[in-house]
Amino acid sequence: MRLSYPANVKIVLVPCTGKVDVMHLLKAIQMGADGVYCVGCLEGACHYNQGNLRCRERVERVREILQEVGLEPDRVRMYNLSSGEAPTFVAYAREMTELIRRLGPNPLKNSQPAIRVEEAA
Amino acid sequence: MISPKLVEVGRHTHIELITNAELVDLKGEPGRFTALVRKRPRFVDLAKCTACGECAKVCPIETRNEYDEGLSVRKAAYKLYPQGMPGAYAIEKRGTAPCKATCPAHVSVQGYIALVNQGRYREGLELFREEHPFPGVCGRVCHHPCEGECTRGGVDEPLAIRELHRFLFDWERAAGELAVPAAAEGRSEKVAVIGAGPAGLSAAYFLARRGYRVTVLEKLPVAGGMMAVGIPSYRLPREVLEREIELIRRLGVEIRTGVALGREVTLEGLQAQGYGAVFVAVGLHGGRRLGVENEDAAGVLQGVEFLRRVALGEAVEIGREVLVVGGGNVAVDVALTAKRLGAQSVTMVCLERREEMPAWAHEIQEALESDIRIVNSFGPKAFFIDASRRVSGIEFKSCTAVFDENGRFNPRFDESACQAMFADTVILAIGQTLERGGLEAAGVVLRGPGLEADPVTLQTPVPWVFAGGDALYGPKSVVEAVACGKEAAESIHRYLNGQDLRQGRPRRWEMVRPEAIEEPRRRRVPVRCLDPAARECNFLEVSYGYDEAEARAEASRCLRCGVCSECYQCVKACLAKAVDHEQREETLEIPVGAVILAPGAEPFDPSRLENIYRYRTSPNVLTSLEFERLLSATGPTQGHLQRLSDGREPRRIAWLQCIGSRDTNQCGNSYCSSVCCMYAIKDAMIAKEHAHGELDCTIFNMDIRSFGKDYEKYYNRAIRAGIRFVRSRVHSVDVLPETGNLSLRYVDEAGGLKVEEFDLVVLSVGLQVPRATEETAARLGVRLLPSRFAATDPFAPVATSRPGVYACGVFQGPKDIPGSVTEASAAAAAAAADLAEARGRDIVRVELPEEIDVSGQEPRIGVFVCNCGINIGGVVDVPAVRAYAEKLPYVAFADENLFTCSQDTQEKIKEKIREHGLNRVVVASCSPKTHAPMFMETLEACGLNRYLFEMANIRNQDSWVHADDREAATRKAKELVRMSVARAAALRRLESKTVPIHKQALVVGGGVAGMTAALALARQGFPAVIVEQEAELGGFARRLHRTIEGTDVQAALRELVAQVNAEPRIRVILAARITGFEGFKGNFTTTVVSGPGGSPERIPHGALILATGAHEYRPREYGYGEDPRVSTQVEFGDLLARGETAGLQTVVMIQCVGSRNAENENCSRVCCQNAVKNALALKEASPDSQVYILYRDMRTYGLLEDFYTEARRRGVIFIRFEPEAAPQVDFGPEAVRVRVRDPILQRDLEIAADRLVLSAAVVAADTAEISALTKLNRNPEGFFIEAHVKLRPVDLPSEGVYVCGTAHGPKLLSEAVAQAQAAAARAATLLCRDAIRLSAITAKVDPEHCVKCLTCVRSCPFGVPQFSEASRVVEINEALCRGCGVCTAVCPRQAIRLSYYEDEQIVCKIEALLSEEVA
Repeated sequence: MRLSYPANVKIVLVPCTGKVDVMHLLKAIQMGADGVYCVGCLEGACHYNQGNLRCRERVERVREILQEVGLEPDRVRMYNLSSGEAPTFVAYAREMTELIRRLGPNPLKNSQPAIRVEEAA
Repeated sequence: MISPKLVEVGRHTHIELITNAELVDLKGEPGRFTALVRKRPRFVDLAKCTACGECAKVCPIETRNEYDEGLSVRKAAYKLYPQGMPGAYAIEKRGTAPCKATCPAHVSVQGYIALVNQGRYREGLELFREEHPFPGVCGRVCHHPCEGECTRGGVDEPLAIRELHRFLFDWERAAGELAVPAAAEGRSEKVAVIGAGPAGLSAAYFLARRGYRVTVLEKLPVAGGMMAVGIPSYRLPREVLEREIELIRRLGVEIRTGVALGREVTLEGLQAQGYGAVFVAVGLHGGRRLGVENEDAAGVLQGVEFLRRVALGEAVEIGREVLVVGGGNVAVDVALTAKRLGAQSVTMVCLERREEMPAWAHEIQEALESDIRIVNSFGPKAFFIDASRRVSGIEFKSCTAVFDENGRFNPRFDESACQAMFADTVILAIGQTLERGGLEAAGVVLRGPGLEADPVTLQTPVPWVFAGGDALYGPKSVVEAVACGKEAAESIHRYLNGQDLRQGRPRRWEMVRPEAIEEPRRRRVPVRCLDPAARECNFLEVSYGYDEAEARAEASRCLRCGVCSECYQCVKACLAKAVDHEQREETLEIPVGAVILAPGAEPFDPSRLENIYRYRTSPNVLTSLEFERLLSATGPTQGHLQRLSDGREPRRIAWLQCIGSRDTNQCGNSYCSSVCCMYAIKDAMIAKEHAHGELDCTIFNMDIRSFGKDYEKYYNRAIRAGIRFVRSRVHSVDVLPETGNLSLRYVDEAGGLKVEEFDLVVLSVGLQVPRATEETAARLGVRLLPSRFAATDPFAPVATSRPGVYACGVFQGPKDIPGSVTEASAAAAAAAADLAEARGRDIVRVELPEEIDVSGQEPRIGVFVCNCGINIGGVVDVPAVRAYAEKLPYVAFADENLFTCSQDTQEKIKEKIREHGLNRVVVASCSPKTHAPMFMETLEACGLNRYLFEMANIRNQDSWVHADDREAATRKAKELVRMSVARAAALRRLESKTVPIHKQALVVGGGVAGMTAALALARQGFPAVIVEQEAELGGFARRLHRTIEGTDVQAALRELVAQVNAEPRIRVILAARITGFEGFKGNFTTTVVSGPGGSPERIPHGALILATGAHEYRPREYGYGEDPRVSTQVEFGDLLARGETAGLQTVVMIQCVGSRNAENENCSRVCCQNAVKNALALKEASPDSQVYILYRDMRTYGLLEDFYTEARRRGVIFIRFEPEAAPQVDFGPEAVRVRVRDPILQRDLEIAADRLVLSAAVVAADTAEISALTKLNRNPEGFFIEAHVKLRPVDLPSEGVYVCGTAHGPKLLSEAVAQAQAAAARAATLLCRDAIRLSAITAKVDPEHCVKCLTCVRSCPFGVPQFSEASRVVEINEALCRGCGVCTAVCPRQAIRLSYYEDEQIVCKIEALLSEEVA
């Protein structure tokens, strides 16, 4: 549908959000990403049964870690949608970008906002 | 959901897709058919189109978007929906519009009008000039035959086609531009044109555009012919003509005036000067004489000469009283010119009656406006002369008839009725003649009154000389001269190139019109003109033409007859050169062994019931399909729930069920469409999700038929979600004019009249077989039922009446998606049996070169950046991205391509891989989903491992979505490429393991489904083993007697068993138990023990089919088993079969016993039809017996509805009950007393029955053991859970395992047979291969690091990792691994890696992105 969304979102493809590791998310924040979000299938509709639910648990874990080290947990989030929902994808990209803009740059690295998405194949 | 299937079909090397096609005829026998396929043109070359969409962007034609059910518009150049397959665009062209077909020059009229409508005037003018050099001249003087054929004329008034191209010319003139059309590269051949009239100049124009050197020789001192010296300047201002001639000059045409053939030049002389061809178009510049005495007296002028002299500025003496003789256009021009020269009175006299006059009506009108007197039906008898021999008048005789009975000009006069008219000037305008002087001497061949030449090729007896224009065919209009000049140019081009002059000529033009026109009336925009009084004594242009607003308003009236307007903007926009407007319909003859008909259905059109439902009147009455589009994120409102009338979000929506179904009264579709209840519930649920705030959803229904697997659960969810179900058929819908709301009137179950208001009404329209399908079936000799669905047999549900032709989907009968997909596989199995002998014969095998060993090599990455036409290149600075890529680590080569996916680019990539020794490839283009497999094949084709490939999606993720910020898009493209290059460097070669297949299937269960599956496999050539727990074959079908259609089940069963026993490829193991199961798809081993004390046998097989069946529930309700007068339907069927029902007076049947309750939430699907079947059988045997069926919803879906109707007709009484008011049963000695509350009578009924029959549920066979052995999941009711409800309804989640029959869920025999065939087809897709290539993307355990914590074993959704007692490590069988990577993420020691998605291959992208910033 070619709907426009902020260009600071870059996508890293994974076969299933269940593949996303705590380490991947922390690595991104450590290297200075201002935010990371995972986009998985709708809950209950995971192609691999429960990968998206596992991802959500890991996202929660990373948010706790961020809290512990004094970073805003909202820099890492989890979203769900189905592949036919372009407008929802755009809405999430905008929402995340707005959120990060409010939080400001990642203190671990002074760089312009860069957000990454992890998406299920 | 459908996308993966589309992609798979589109890319499958064994599937050839022929779209826009129709099966016209089928000759021959099964196994050896010849199919005749008519294929309509797509106008886009599939091999070249890259689906970039530029054609649609420039297309000026908007038409109904059928994908959005007409709720939005799309272009004539279009792709129906993004995932459409083939991926190419198409152009919808109905044919040539009447205007273009009628125009002698065949200008794309609809095209330039569409461009005017969009304000694209330059393009419109350019398009006009493609076919016609005089938009300005013809915009003023054309007699516009096109307007006579304009379809709009049948609605109100034709379009002002002429005024619109005049507007284009005027617009360009006002802008001070003159766009000279492009010409081909210059050629050396010279062509001479004699005569600079419209024919000669047109020939020169078209020849010059083809690159020829053209010289025009004109006898008069000015160019333009009759346009300059015939048409008066008040109609055609000279500067208009001069501009158009100037354009021809700028094309390189030399015009020499004052040069006449036969005077200054001869043909011989021209030949000597090196002219290769000559076109003679000298026109008719002489006047015709009357042949009456004193015709040469002073004061008698010739009209043609008169006009010429005035035009050339000569002083022409004219008196006060002028008589013009003649009734043609020239006569009118003469009269008006005389008037403007100062004549006091001008009278036209002609032979014809007013309505016969050859002058065009608008010219006559103009003459009358200018006070010209017109006297009809008189011809000159003699001229009066005065003493100075000067004319003073004419004596006229009255003309009684101009034409004879043959329609020829042959005037007859009444000499007795004469009239004298007096004047001082007489001008004769009765015809034009050729000025022959010198022509013959110059070498031109004359014939009769004109030149001699072939009417089609225009070639004269002197081969290098061509002739045309008025001098050839007599006086005609400018546009006809243009057409002739164009043909002359074509002939001369062919002649000079030694081509056949006649081939394909004359071209036939067939016009098309829209079939039904529903257009509001809109009058033509009037043209403003000089006031008649202001026209006197001057030659100012009379017509002002349109201004821009008027032109746009007029252009918007076009009805777009041809759909595509042939404006050719798409041709220009398509960089891949894929658009081809010359494509023609073709007929293909295809040898085939079998035919599968899956033509689908159309939704019922509720316009036919307008007086009830107001579908056409109110935009707030939608069909269910329209409502689905409204809910869709890709629909007209992007999924926002809103009314189309006012954009307001509805608060109350009503669904009306059974529109076009279960209705013999209004529409004739007596059957139930099977799917509407479920889709209405689904749409109501989704609508609630989409709504902001409260949304009331009400579904008006007769019965809710949620009979499919797990559908009842969904229905119950809907009730809990607050969706209201009202049992009533709404009898009228009224539109409330103030609000646009709809008032529904209906009678509730208790008989009360209710009126309710809703914001939106959705009509749940049924399915029906289209008329076109009916015609196809008739041509093929396929028998249809009266309901127009294909006639089939319950035991051969996909076989049509014609052997070798199979039916599936809704064409076979109304059904949902799972049923359709199942049947599709069943039809494939049936067809495959016909083709068994030829399997594998005609397929193409790809031979791959040996893989190049890249191990130990440093990465050498090639980066190919795609422009995707202008899809990427128009936003992203592609050269900059390429330059950036060149400098990235390990990049050995970078390039950019117009279309990286095109065939020639694939060749180029191969060449570059070899030339630069590349060992990794990155393509920066579009989505890997659609394109990665193709590029991976390119790698393999030159020996590179397919996994050494990576894609950066700089289109879908960049240029398309950041088109508003080119800088950001370019920066992001660089970042995406940098990430991909980093990942490419980290990629390793992967090996896809190949394992051989054990080409045998094991079928568990020897009932109808199991036997059918085994037979379907055997007939395709694959051995099958049937494992049956009972001592004989047949399963539950042994208990059944007849199907509702009347088929003898026992006879069919005996036949089936006999076929199984006679089939050498089938082995049957009876009284068997399965005790062990292991392996993976293609390589299973099942351990079977037969009989008591039998020894275990290990059976190897490649596929497993579960057909474990079901049985009838043993009721605990209603005294079953306690009172002998209570039986189940199956038992009652036994009584009926044995004839033991005689003497039964009253029978009560109770439905849903053991179904739709707390214990078993689901509907058992078959019981309603079972009750109807037995009730009908009882009525047949004992017509006086009374049958009561107590039901909750009658679920006689599909064609079963007719039996329900029949039962009511035969007097079976149906009484509905609510579950909370279930029937009460007492067993008295003389009768079983059944009490039930009748919801219509609103009171309790008591029925004294002889017998109570319980419609008991369908219960799954006990499969606990086999489920545990195979690790296949069952739902709470014990039915196996399929891999995907809709897309893979017979596949189980473990690959290589399939399910069919009642093991999957309750179903009819016919449905079980179809599903069994489907399971066989699915199994055959595996068994037909010698070996399978496993995916290389699997998880691998590093035993060194594994601490055997078993987290992976617990986490894998498919139970693949296993702790091996033998090797004492965790093992992952790569044949079973699905590659989701869950185990790799849970492993606390990171001892598992997923190939192609190893941690470093993901992290490197993160690092690449964040390690630097692009300048």
